[in-house]
Amino acid sequence: MTAPAPSRVTVVGASAAGLSVAEGLRRDGYTGRLTLIGDEPHLPYDRPPLSKQLLSGAWDADRLRLRSAEALDALDVELRLGIAAVALDTGAREVVLADGDRIGHDALVVATGVAARRLPGTDGVAGVHVLRTLEDALGLREELRPGRRLVIVGAGFVGAEAAAVARQLGTEVTMVTDAAVPLADALGPDLGAMLSQVHAEHGVRIVPGVLVDAVLVDAVLTEGGRATGVRLADGRTIEADAVLVGIGARPNIGWLATSGVPIGDGVECDATLYAGSGVWAAGDVASWLHPRTGQRTRIEHRTNATEQGLAVARNILAGPENATPFDPVPYVWSDQYDLKIQIYGQLRGCDRVRIVKGSLAERRLTALHGRDGRVCGVVGVNMPRATREYRPLVAEQAAWPSAVDLDPAPGAGPARGAGPAPSARQAPSAGPAPAPSGRNA
Amino acid sequence: MKISVDVDKCCGAGQCVLAAPDVFDQRDDDGIVILLDANPPADQYDNVRKAAAACPAAAIEVQE
Repeated sequence: MTAPAPSRVTVVGASAAGLSVAEGLRRDGYTGRLTLIGDEPHLPYDRPPLSKQLLSGAWDADRLRLRSAEALDALDVELRLGIAAVALDTGAREVVLADGDRIGHDALVVATGVAARRLPGTDGVAGVHVLRTLEDALGLREELRPGRRLVIVGAGFVGAEAAAVARQLGTEVTMVTDAAVPLADALGPDLGAMLSQVHAEHGVRIVPGVLVDAVLVDAVLTEGGRATGVRLADGRTIEADAVLVGIGARPNIGWLATSGVPIGDGVECDATLYAGSGVWAAGDVASWLHPRTGQRTRIEHRTNATEQGLAVARNILAGPENATPFDPVPYVWSDQYDLKIQIYGQLRGCDRVRIVKGSLAERRLTALHGRDGRVCGVVGVNMPRATREYRPLVAEQAAWPSAVDLDPAPGAGPARGAGPAPSARQAPSAGPAPAPSGRNA
Repeated sequence: MKISVDVDKCCGAGQCVLAAPDVFDQRDDDGIVILLDANPPADQYDNVRKAAAACPAAAIEVQE
């Protein structure tokens, strides 16, 4: 170890990842100065409920608080909330804030997240929404009333969850998507089709749009400064009282443009989440070299924000020379109507799917996904506990033929008491003994 | 150590079970957390802290 331990850590971004860095540092014994900067005026709050419980009105904003004021006090962290970081002076190791203040650091963590992509030319148009912040969700909530018409552009998880809530509130919903099957990209064609069917049964009108020059919706129609619908790139129009744009997000890296910190699709880190010059990154904004695939990877999911935050905290204290690679089993969940969907691993590019429990017809299932002969992910629909028990196969990237012979949770019996979680290796199985996995060979 | 869980906030991710399987479990049908031991022995403290930190719904509160 050559670098001295840091005595001043500054974290830019006061959401899940930034908070997790702060908590991880304190838990691991860091006693130095700690500053948390956030451009939103709120204490750290949770975003997944924005498109679920907050949007539906089941929860008020206070319930989104990630930690109580007392718990934040106990962290002994200097909070600079409601002010954006506008630049990083890498030489001086100072963050420049919008009011000109400069905040020093030995180690800096970039946890600035992402911003929702918008349709060009829609700034300031009433009735056009994105869904990323508390204010976004509260604004959209105002639109969701019986008889109103909402058009959702894009069919990712945020759009699909908002569609479910909007239908439950009696709003007419049309979903425009460039994919033949919404969510097929995230879930594969079979599960995507099942989910589309569920949305259709709940009265969502799904309009597969046609991309023209990579554009799906080329204009929001307005009257008197308020949205009245959208025009698709192929010329069709859809009338609406409100528009939700759910077409993805972009990393918040503009403030680093002149800093010399490597940026591309996010802050470009090594496998340990280190970007050089005392700068680390965590959460949606971090693009790191995945230690197993060697590919640059960026994950916009809630659980990843926490896990990366904790990993960065450990690595800051270990120092860049002793930092360990970040090697997660990604996890994401989505709630739509009465479906709870959970995904471990990464399904993109998978070339095989096997439903190992339940069925599409029951809308209750666990489905293993494979790529290049190995398990790459598992998806659960309304089977969270059984699905989790397949996680070790994802973590091990178990060989596919042995994996499908395994039944890690025979019968999915009653809740267990204390004891180790059954791993695939020790599970009784009707099939032949599993071949040892190739990992760590 | 005293643990409380907010089952209303719980999103069924099961991260707590991965971190502290002796203290947390999940219901079969909806994955909601089951607190097996609200006052766990000292050798579980570290796992419980990890579970609380890892919970993506901030549904676990630990008092020490």
